[in-house]
Amino acid sequence: MQASRFWLTRPFAERSTQLFLAVLLAAMTLVTLLHVALPQGHPLHVNAYTVNLFGKYLSYALLAVAVDLVWGYLGILSLGHGAFFALGGYAMGMYLMRQIGDRGVYGHPELPDFMVFLNWDALPWYWAGFDMAWFAFLMVLLAPGALALVFGFLAFRSRVTGVYLSIITQALTFALMLAFFRNEMGFGGNNGLTDFRDILGFNLRSDQTRLGLFLASGVALALGYLLCRAIVGSKLGRVCVATRDAEARTRFLGYRVERVQLFVFVVSAMLAGVAGALYVPQVGIINPSEFSPLFSIEIVLWVALGGRATLYGAVIGAILVNYAKTVFTGVMPDAWLFALGGLFVLVTVFLPRGVAGLLAWRIRRRRRPDDDEPTGSEVSA
Amino acid sequence: MRRLLFFWLLSLLAVPLGAQAQPSADDDSAAIALLEALDVGSFADKAAGIEAIVQSDDERARGWLQALLDGRLQRADDGRFVVVLDNRGRDWPVEDALTGEPLGEMSRRDLDRIGINNALRNQLRSAIAVVDLYAPDLTLRRASAERLLGEVDADLAGPLAEVIEGEEDARVRQRLSQALAIHRLEQGEVAAVADLEGSLHPRVRVALARAASGDDPVLVDAARSALNGIEQMIKVNRAAETLYFGLSLGSVLVLAAIGLAITFGVMGVINMAHGELIMLGAYTTWAMQQLLPGQPGLALVLSVPAGFLVAALAGIAIERGVIQFLKGRPLETLLATFGISLILQQLVRTVISPQNRTVVSPEWMSGSIAINDALSLTLNRMVVIGFALAVFAGLMLIMRRTRLGLEVRAVTQNRAMARSMGIRATRVDILTFALGSGVAGLAGVALSQLTNVGPNLGQNYIIDSFMVVVFGGVGNLWGTLVAGLSLGVINQVLEPWAGAVLAKIIVLVFIILFIQKRPRGLFPQKGRAAEG
Repeated sequence: MQASRFWLTRPFAERSTQLFLAVLLAAMTLVTLLHVALPQGHPLHVNAYTVNLFGKYLSYALLAVAVDLVWGYLGILSLGHGAFFALGGYAMGMYLMRQIGDRGVYGHPELPDFMVFLNWDALPWYWAGFDMAWFAFLMVLLAPGALALVFGFLAFRSRVTGVYLSIITQALTFALMLAFFRNEMGFGGNNGLTDFRDILGFNLRSDQTRLGLFLASGVALALGYLLCRAIVGSKLGRVCVATRDAEARTRFLGYRVERVQLFVFVVSAMLAGVAGALYVPQVGIINPSEFSPLFSIEIVLWVALGGRATLYGAVIGAILVNYAKTVFTGVMPDAWLFALGGLFVLVTVFLPRGVAGLLAWRIRRRRRPDDDEPTGSEVSA
Repeated sequence: MRRLLFFWLLSLLAVPLGAQAQPSADDDSAAIALLEALDVGSFADKAAGIEAIVQSDDERARGWLQALLDGRLQRADDGRFVVVLDNRGRDWPVEDALTGEPLGEMSRRDLDRIGINNALRNQLRSAIAVVDLYAPDLTLRRASAERLLGEVDADLAGPLAEVIEGEEDARVRQRLSQALAIHRLEQGEVAAVADLEGSLHPRVRVALARAASGDDPVLVDAARSALNGIEQMIKVNRAAETLYFGLSLGSVLVLAAIGLAITFGVMGVINMAHGELIMLGAYTTWAMQQLLPGQPGLALVLSVPAGFLVAALAGIAIERGVIQFLKGRPLETLLATFGISLILQQLVRTVISPQNRTVVSPEWMSGSIAINDALSLTLNRMVVIGFALAVFAGLMLIMRRTRLGLEVRAVTQNRAMARSMGIRATRVDILTFALGSGVAGLAGVALSQLTNVGPNLGQNYIIDSFMVVVFGGVGNLWGTLVAGLSLGVINQVLEPWAGAVLAKIIVLVFIILFIQKRPRGLFPQKGRAAEG
């Protein structure tokens, strides 16, 4: 493929990107074919539940890519990306809530059920406009983006880095979780938003819509991946890596480190928001538990397991861990936390560069001995 | 004294029963007559019977009245009066109401309860209080004086003044004069307001409020100004209470965070399993109490060293098992220790129980110290505050006065230089981690006295502990103390105004903003040590 002049298509020239996109496309095609072409009951038939599950994994993968962008390439360990994910999810959830119309339990033409239940007589001002799809989808980007902009501006300007930043991001998502648990916030409190009916006029419970959402997640993942690749491969990306490895030195060289950090952080938050927006219609609910610090730190584990600073590693990690989670919580739910905790320890101690690092090392050993990628200890600095 | 009361009651009663009041040889026949007077149909007659008992000056009068109030004074089929000791089950153990002899068990069918109604119940309570006023036991007199507040009527007012004269205990005297003043206030006496000024008791406030809405303009004014003064004092006391709760919450935060601050300061690692080490300490207290049933106090005292040891050993295991392999990679350490925290939580859930366990408070920690009527300080919080300060002082001593402390400070400031001076940094790491973890265990022991002990105990405190460390600055124990206490107080001050959840959010947002101004906390490390 020819190296393109357009920045978003430039990554097509990279082998890893070609391979990643090819695998993703092949997987999506295969699942679609097995779902549509084969009759129910056929041993290879993929049922709607599984398609839905894969769609969920893909949205998680996009979230993991977003985290990898800031952690792998910028060295910012965000323990609060779940907050951006959940904000995107809530924006989508509000749109879906308005789509219910008068089909709710209380049959109110305008108010969602929980507001009727709370005896509210009008929509709060911040619910305005969410009945329009374009506005809601814009908010999916803007809400997490705005939070990341304000938070990042404050944090990076005063050079909060390292573990301090991690702890503060964790506090951020914790504070939001507490806030969203409150009924007075107008986001459904403890129960969150649920009981969705349709999206853009399609019934959410039909198999076709589920397949469509699965494909949309795949496409979003591909686009998000391309965007991140483009950023990473650009000059900006090189400043990012420089910041990660030696922040003070980069600053002394004249780069406005905090602006680079802020830009990438906001982009990452928006990607997380998109992932959340794709996640919500597929699982049919959004509640404050997505804000929990545990979820945010779990995302980091996906990236760590898959391998940092590779992007495709994040995708592998997200899918592997969540598949394991689905299996484990079904077979022996008690063991899942043991497995998750063990994974945290094992990956950090024995696999600092994750599965992707393992793969790359194997391949490279066959080709040439020297290694131009940063080692684990440099990455974490 | 008794005579006084006797004459007072005598003058009141329409039915002269004075002859029976004198204790004499035929005591029992008189007493039986007294009790017979209770076993009558109409409640009005019963009321008269009660008055008769009160004035009888019989030693057993209080027991009868109490038994009557509790519904335990009953009459057996053979006409004897008995007091039922335990009215559960089919047969009830009883004793003779006159002699106090145990009479074995009687079937409930053979017993007739002497019924009372609410009016009688009130009368009985006042009567018991009046009888108790003459009791030699000080606690009885105090309780009775409390009960009489707002219950004084015209009949009681006269003798009460005499009682106040003769009373030795200042507290009883004060209460009784307040009780009397309430009565005088109800009679419209303006001077009574002066006696009630400064009292914080709710009943005094009710009486004053009632007077303030009366007709007499002079009285209304006086009552109003007295009420205003009382409201002011109550505000001051509320503030003191908030401060106390804040300090107690703050001391818990200090305990939870100080170990974290030490390990973070020395090794630059965030130990996410710190909360679970706190949990281990709390569970050690629980286990100790299981081992020593019936001796919660001893178990608690023993849990202090035991909790320290258990958590310290767990800390050493974590340091040797995981953290030493992650030197210089603080973010990975954070993740690995988070994994450990998940494992420890699940371990407790699987091995012990996912349910909360209750840890009993020993007697010397339950109850409270009443400063005045509006402010009482619970003892368990007091002990926890003292414990936190003691732990803090102990750590200060270790850091300032021991060899280990010297080495720890050296490694904190400049690891490479310290090593070249012959300090074995690895050993310092292990010992510091053990110390920090042990302190977490102590925090757990303290927490077990304030909250439920469950698998999520540590999780609930970990984020707050981080906030304390971030707020206070690393490597400075004073910073942790000041940050912990002030966060505790801020939280408690905000809570009534904004609600518990919102208060927490406001504090978190405040810290995020605070970090803008002082990225390295209240008490930052200075010099080269700060660049880590």
